[in-house]
Amino acid sequence: MKDSKPLFKGLICKECSARYNPEPIHVCEQCFGPLEVEYDYEAIAPLISRDIIQSRAPNMWRYRELLPIQGDVTVGEHVGFTPLVKADRLAAKLGVRELWIKNDSVNYPTLSFKDRVVSVALTRAKEFGYDTVACASTGNLANSVAANAAAAGLNSFVFIPSDLEPGKVLGSSVYGTNVIGIEGTYDQVNRLCSEIGGRFPWAFVNINMRPYYAEGSKAMGYEIAEQLGWKLPDHVVVPMAGGSLITKIKKSFDEFVKLGIVDAHPTHIHGAQPENCSPIVTAVKEGKDFFRPVEKPNTIVKSLAIGNPADGFYSIQTMNETGGYGENPNDDEVVEGIRLLAEYAGVFSETAGGTVVGAAKRMIEAGRINPDESIVLCITGHGLKTKEALEGKLPPPAAIKPSLKEFEALYAARTH
Amino acid sequence: MSIQVRIPTPLRGLTENKDVVDAEGATVNELIENLQTRYPGLKERICDDKGELRRFVNVYINDEDIRFKDGKDTAVKDGDEISIIPAIAGG
Ligand SMILES: Cc1ncc(COP(=O)(O)O)c(C=O)c1O
Ligand SMILES: [Zn+2]
Repeated sequence: MKDSKPLFKGLICKECSARYNPEPIHVCEQCFGPLEVEYDYEAIAPLISRDIIQSRAPNMWRYRELLPIQGDVTVGEHVGFTPLVKADRLAAKLGVRELWIKNDSVNYPTLSFKDRVVSVALTRAKEFGYDTVACASTGNLANSVAANAAAAGLNSFVFIPSDLEPGKVLGSSVYGTNVIGIEGTYDQVNRLCSEIGGRFPWAFVNINMRPYYAEGSKAMGYEIAEQLGWKLPDHVVVPMAGGSLITKIKKSFDEFVKLGIVDAHPTHIHGAQPENCSPIVTAVKEGKDFFRPVEKPNTIVKSLAIGNPADGFYSIQTMNETGGYGENPNDDEVVEGIRLLAEYAGVFSETAGGTVVGAAKRMIEAGRINPDESIVLCITGHGLKTKEALEGKLPPPAAIKPSLKEFEALYAARTH
Repeated sequence: MSIQVRIPTPLRGLTENKDVVDAEGATVNELIENLQTRYPGLKERICDDKGELRRFVNVYINDEDIRFKDGKDTAVKDGDEISIIPAIAGG
């Protein structure tokens, strides 16, 4: 596709519809609204179909006409097309009929859905000619920027709150990136990065690359639809930090319907946040259309600990427009959610996944999710990154001598 | 009394490309009015028709979000540093 003309027209302000060229910018100069990629769907329609998609390799770039890059994919060619797993035992446990797990905890290369957004952002950064990429992150984005930059030969700086889980920190430093820990909340890291971005000529994936970066999340939605057999589910439960992913899941479904790839279907899109950092869910529960930011998030779910979510407003809209709801399980429910997912579906998720399961459980119990309808849980990051959440929560391994007798005694005690 | 205000990239077209400008006032509101007289057009960029801050504009006084204080009525004093920052995604 190198020489073909781009299928996206440019950027458009989500608030006032002012249009901009597809440059490394993210904010409308007129009203500060976020900029969104605008596509030429008429030009795209003849180029994409179920057959064309299915003829391509199993990665997110099988939907490349709907992703905002101009030339070939140069970073993250193997990202995506993670398993969609039918979880019958977990379904029975939760008392529902049809439950699916979209398992981005095994996304390539860094075991979270962030590989999707980074693949787009870094490919785009190279198209713009940047040699240094950066991000503010609650952990997963930093891991992905570090790994993908290393593979692509780009310099990188990742900025994180200094109190992140050791696994998340190591998961960045191993790639030889510059890890900068900031003594403060994620929102303070973000603010600093916005100022750094004003001084240094870098591609900040979540700042000046944001319109492109955010589109990468749509691939998770396309895959869900394709893997369900070109159908949209009745319910999706999505974890929210800044609130971008949930809005892009909706956009992906809408685009597939618009292009005739799937039939229109009313999917209820639900959001999940942890209790002590749930500005978006709280607004939904209170029927408000804007959230009140959380100053000092205090939760084991550090990946979702964003108190001032940039897409909070649109996330609320997404849930309201689709007949979705929001839930905010507490830390204990998050741990229970991690364990349910592991013990009943064989999937080890990080705390964000426990939040999704905990939220889904609450909504099923409250009758907000009809147990006879199909449900997809978006599991977005791997459990080995947040091991400390389970510290002291699991039975310690049995320790015995290398003796058959001892084992027989132990076995008898366990099965009596 | 003079207070330093950091100007984000999207507004620098109005401030002769300066990333830090001086302004006067006793509250955030007064600062914005004062900036408007120095750099006409700046107020409507960050405030809506009713004069309220637009929903994607964050204002900080010495690192603290004014929404955790008294919003636009938050008092400012000599030596304070004000930042105007667009909402940022991430995660
Ligand atoms: C594991 C995980 N899930 C979900 C999210 C939420 O993403 P968004 O900021 O798009 O709401 C994040 C963001 O950091 C994350 O790390
Ligand atoms: Zn605008």
